[in-house]
Amino acid sequence: MLLEHNCAIEMRGITKRFGQVVANDSIDMRINRGEILALLGENGSGKTTLMNMLSGIYQPDEGEIYKDGERIFIRSPREAYGYGIGMIHQHYKLIEVFTAAQNIVLGLDDEKMDLRRTNEKVMEICSRYGFEVDPSRKVYDMSVSQKQTIEIIKVLYRGADILVLDEPTAVLTPQETQKLFKVLLNMKADGKAIVIITHKLHEVMEVSDKVAVLRKGKYIGTVNTSETDPQALTDMMVGHAVTLNIERPRYPEPKRKLVVENLTCVDNEGVRKLDRVSFEANTGEILGVAGISGSGQKELLEAITGLYPVKEGSIRFVRDDGSEAELVGMTPRRIRETGVGMAFVPEDRLGMGLVGSMGMTGNMMLRSWRNGRGAFLRKKEPEDLANGIWKELDVVTPSITYPVRRLSGGNVQKVLVGREIAGNPQVLMTAYAVRGLDINTSYTIYNLLTEQKMKGVAVLYVGEDLDVLIELADRILVLCGGQVAGCVDARSVTKEEIGLMMTQFNAKGAE
Amino acid sequence: MSGTENRTPLIRLAKRSEMPPRTIWAIRVASIIVALILGCIPMILTGNSPIEAYGVILKGSVSRPIYLKQTIKIAIPLLGCALAIAPCFKMRFWNIGAEGQITMGAVAATYFALFWVGKVPHVALLAIMFLAGAVAGGIWGLIPAYFKARWNTNETLFTLMMNYIAIGIVAWLQGGPWEGRKGSQLIPMFNDAARLPQVFGVHCGWIIVLVLVVIMHIYMTRTKQGYEIAVIGDSVNTARYAGMNVGWIIMRTMFISGAICGIVGFIIVSGANFTLYKGVANGVGFTSITVAWLSQLNSFAMIVISMILAILEKGANTLQTRMQVPASIADIITGILLFCMLSCEFFINYSLIFRHKVKEEAKA
Repeated sequence: MLLEHNCAIEMRGITKRFGQVVANDSIDMRINRGEILALLGENGSGKTTLMNMLSGIYQPDEGEIYKDGERIFIRSPREAYGYGIGMIHQHYKLIEVFTAAQNIVLGLDDEKMDLRRTNEKVMEICSRYGFEVDPSRKVYDMSVSQKQTIEIIKVLYRGADILVLDEPTAVLTPQETQKLFKVLLNMKADGKAIVIITHKLHEVMEVSDKVAVLRKGKYIGTVNTSETDPQALTDMMVGHAVTLNIERPRYPEPKRKLVVENLTCVDNEGVRKLDRVSFEANTGEILGVAGISGSGQKELLEAITGLYPVKEGSIRFVRDDGSEAELVGMTPRRIRETGVGMAFVPEDRLGMGLVGSMGMTGNMMLRSWRNGRGAFLRKKEPEDLANGIWKELDVVTPSITYPVRRLSGGNVQKVLVGREIAGNPQVLMTAYAVRGLDINTSYTIYNLLTEQKMKGVAVLYVGEDLDVLIELADRILVLCGGQVAGCVDARSVTKEEIGLMMTQFNAKGAE
Repeated sequence: MSGTENRTPLIRLAKRSEMPPRTIWAIRVASIIVALILGCIPMILTGNSPIEAYGVILKGSVSRPIYLKQTIKIAIPLLGCALAIAPCFKMRFWNIGAEGQITMGAVAATYFALFWVGKVPHVALLAIMFLAGAVAGGIWGLIPAYFKARWNTNETLFTLMMNYIAIGIVAWLQGGPWEGRKGSQLIPMFNDAARLPQVFGVHCGWIIVLVLVVIMHIYMTRTKQGYEIAVIGDSVNTARYAGMNVGWIIMRTMFISGAICGIVGFIIVSGANFTLYKGVANGVGFTSITVAWLSQLNSFAMIVISMILAILEKGANTLQTRMQVPASIADIITGILLFCMLSCEFFINYSLIFRHKVKEEAKA
C-alpha cells in the first residue's frame, strides 16, 4: 500500500447513521504523526461522532480504519487505548474526590496501586511536555484547566500517541489556551499525532498544521494551514448557498413585541453565558438567531421564559396597547398568569418540552393542567387538542395515549410544536426546531412558523443551518461567545458574512 | 474480510419495539412462575420436597380462617406502606425512610393512647391517634424533602438516617419517660379504648388501607397533583418548563407519603401490637419497597403482591415448625421473585441477538 510512513491513522469510507440521520457520510481522512490536525465544522457536522468512532465509543456502520497500514477494529475505549488512541472529551470524566494520580491510574488493571511509582511517572510526563500538576491534589480543588491537564496526562499515561481533543479551548481563558497550545506543540515535536476538534478559526490558524473540514456529515477536504486563510475556511465550512425555496412573505406593519436590553447571565461556575445582549423582536417577523453552539442561544431563550437566572438587564414584553411588562425575576408560571402569551419549543424535546412516558394527551396537559377549578384534571380539552394535532399535522402514532418517547423524532417535534402553537402565543421561540428531522417534516415546521408570523406572532428561531436562516428569517441576530456580534437583514446578508461574524467576533474583540 | 464476522460480539442487545400490554403482563406472570420453580432449588438443597413445601406454605397461610386472618394482618402494613412510597418512587425521589416514618407515626399515636385515654371517647381517641400519626409521619418525611428542595441533599442517605433517629427516639422513650414498670424497658399495653375494633375477625386497619388503595389510585391518575408527580418523575426540566414549583411538589409529596406511613404506624400499634417498642416497623418500610416495585407502582397490583409476600412469610413460619425448614426460606423466595420480575422488565425492553443469527441473516 502507498502509505506515507508518518501516517498514523487512516479512515476510509466511514459512515455512521443515527436512525434516519446520517451523521457521517463515507468520510476519508488521515491523521499524521508529528502534526496537529484541526477538525473544523459547524455544529452537527459530525466532528465529534467521527472522533468517537476512533476512540471506541461508537462503531462505524460502514468503512474501515487503518493504523500504520493495518486494519483495526475499535470496539471500546479500552481497545482504543490498546491502539494508542486517546480522546479528551468536552465533558471531563474525572472522579472529584480522588487525587490527580488516582484518577490517572483509574481503570488500569494491570497495575498495582503503587502511588509512588505513579507519581514518578506522572512527573516524568509533566516535565517532558511542560504540564504543571500536583499528583496528590484532589480533583475538586482544581480549576477547569487543571482538570483538562489531568485528562491529557491520563491519556498519555496509557501510552497514547494519537490524541484527540474535543473542543479543548471552549472552557479555557486565553492564557490557559496559550499554555495548552504550548503543550500541544511539545507533544507534536515528540512525534505524537494530535487532532483538535474546534470551530474557532483563529485558534486553527494559530496552532494547527493541517485543517480537515466537515460539513453536514460530509468530508469537504484537508488543507495546509499555511496555505489557507479564515475566509477560505469559512467558505469550506458553510459551503455555497443552497436555494431552499422557503416562502417568505412580508407582514404589513411590524410592531415591537419583545425588548431585551443589556441581558447578562452567569452560570454556576461564574462563566458569562450572555454578555450585555440587546435586541428587539417584532410582530410578524421571524428573528433568526445564529451562532456556534454554546454561544448563549440556550441561555437566551431560557432567560426569556423565566427558566434561567438573569444577573442584569431587562426583558420587556410589549402589550398590544403599547404598555410594557418586565419579565426578569418572574417564574414561568407568573409569566403565564400575567397574560404574556409565550410559547417555547426547547432544544431538548423529550427532556424539557415533553413528558416521554406519557401519550399525546398527557403532553397537551403540560400547558393546561392547571386549568379548571378543583383538584381534578380535566382531560376532555387536552384530548380534543391531541386528536386535532394528530389529524392536522399527520402525527404517526397508534393512538393519543401511546408514549411519545416511542415516536420518531419528526413526530415528537410535531407534537411539541403543535401544542405550543395551539396556545395562540404572541411570542414563539424555537431552538433547533428541525434538528434531526427529514426534509418534509422540516418544511412542515417552516410553514407552521411562517403561518404564525403572518398571524402577527413574534418568532425567535434559533438555528444552525445558515441556508435555512437566510431564507426563513426576516432578520438574523448573530451571537458569538454570549455577545451580540450583529443583527443583520436576512434578505441581503450572505452566508459567508454570517459565518465570519459567528467565528471571529471574539478574536477581533480581543485584539 | 473473512475475519469480520468473528469481530462482532457474541451477544448484543437491541431495543425492542413496543409490545402489546397483554404480552407484557403475560411475561410478568410467567416470571413469577419461573421464580417459584427456581425457589425449589434451595428447598431441594435443604433436603425437602418442593411440592410438599409449597403445599405447607399455602396450607399454613390460607387454608383456615384463622391462618388467613393472620396472613392479612401481615399484609395490611405492607400494602399501606407500599401505597405511601409509590408517589415518591413515581417522582424518582428514593424514599427509603418509610421505616422511620412508620415509627414516628406510631410514637405520636402512642402518646395519645397513653395520656389521653379516658379523657375522650373511644372513637374520638382513635381519630386523634390517626391524625397524630399522620402528622408526625408527614413531618418526618418532610424534613429530608425540605433539605432536598433547599440544598439538593441526597434523599436516599437522608431518609435512611432518619430511620435510625426515629428508632433511637423510641428506645429512649422505652427506657425513659414512657417506661411502664421501672426497669422493664417496656411501654405499658394500650387500654381497650385505644385499640382498633375488629371487623370480620381482623382489626379494621384493612378497611383503612383498602380505602387508601382507591384514594391513592385516584390521586395518582386523576388529580393535578398526581400529574405533577408523574411529570417530575419523567423529567425535572420538563416540570420546570411547565411552570411547576419542583421543590414545593417534592415537599408536599413527601409529606403525604410520610403521613400515610404514619397512619400505618398508628394501625400497627393500635391494631396489632397494642404497645410501642423499638422494632415497631419491623422491616415493613423496606419490604414495602419490594411490594411497590413489583407492582409497578400500580395501587391495585399492590394488593396482590402484598398478599403474596404475606403468604410466603406466614407460610414459611408454618414450614419452620412442621418441616424444620428455616423460615428464611421465605426471604430467599422473595429475593428470587424480585430478581425474576426485575429481569423480566429487561427482556420486555431488550432482545438478545446472537452472533450466528446475524450471520444467517446476512446470508439470507
